Amino acid sequence: MKNSSSPYVVTFVICLLLWLLLTASFAADELISGVIISLVVSIISAPKMKILNGLRLHLGFFLGLLSYLWYFFMALIKANFDLAKRVVSKDMKLHPDVVEIKTTMQSDLGKLFLANSITLTPGTLTVDVVGDSLLVHWIDVPKNSDINTSTQLIVAKFEKYLKGFLK
Amino acid sequence: MHFIGDLFILFGAVFIFLGAVGLIRMPDVYNRIQVGTKGVTLGAIGILFGLFLIHPLWWSKLLVILGFTLLTSPVSSSAISRAFYRSGIKVWHKKEDDIKDSEGEVKVSDNKEKDS
Repeated sequence: MKNSSSPYVVTFVICLLLWLLLTASFAADELISGVIISLVVSIISAPKMKILNGLRLHLGFFLGLLSYLWYFFMALIKANFDLAKRVVSKDMKLHPDVVEIKTTMQSDLGKLFLANSITLTPGTLTVDVVGDSLLVHWIDVPKNSDINTSTQLIVAKFEKYLKGFLK
Repeated sequence: MHFIGDLFILFGAVFIFLGAVGLIRMPDVYNRIQVGTKGVTLGAIGILFGLFLIHPLWWSKLLVILGFTLLTSPVSSSAISRAFYRSGIKVWHKKEDDIKDSEGEVKVSDNKEKDS
């Protein structure tokens, strides 16, 4: 984090963006009231938004975000076809278990995004987050898997994409 | 364009339906949460995208709905499954001799015996 003013800027930008999306107009009076409201909201709430410290504000931020979103949507669609196959097949091919994996994401926001991504990708569901380890319910655990192989299989690729814009 | 939008809405509805079927067929609470979350999330995306094709002017509000759905639905399912995990619900395991009888009811009743 470069300085202490960036939480204010990030909160302000998010509020203004949300305002613009909801009003869907660039008329001057709506724009001005949106700026004022975003300013008030960001001044009040930014000191409490510690979660925003996880953002890595640098030049490649939007590129990282977009490539993550693309990979995430592909994984989501794959997950759903996998799930649809399981639901309509007769024995559903279930070998579920709860496995523990290690994450290298440091910030709370990074862990939140990682846990959400895990929940929405093929056959995995985040059950709990303790420190830097995640408990994951895995619908089809491969034989002889330990903490390293499951970490590789579940989170390695997501972490690579998330590191682009989160700590 | 209207027709393609209808197709996307149908696509979303099919996945929500599959999620509901999985909710009935899956053997334990964790698997049910998985099926419910994923099916409903992609179903919602499909329906929102179909709506966007039918009413392109609504794109901004649909985008906001999409963003909040994607953020909140996995969080809520994680929270529910965490509550179950903390209260000691065990994970369902397939017994080797259960492979042959693939009826859903047998597995469910098996599971209840194991849990209690």
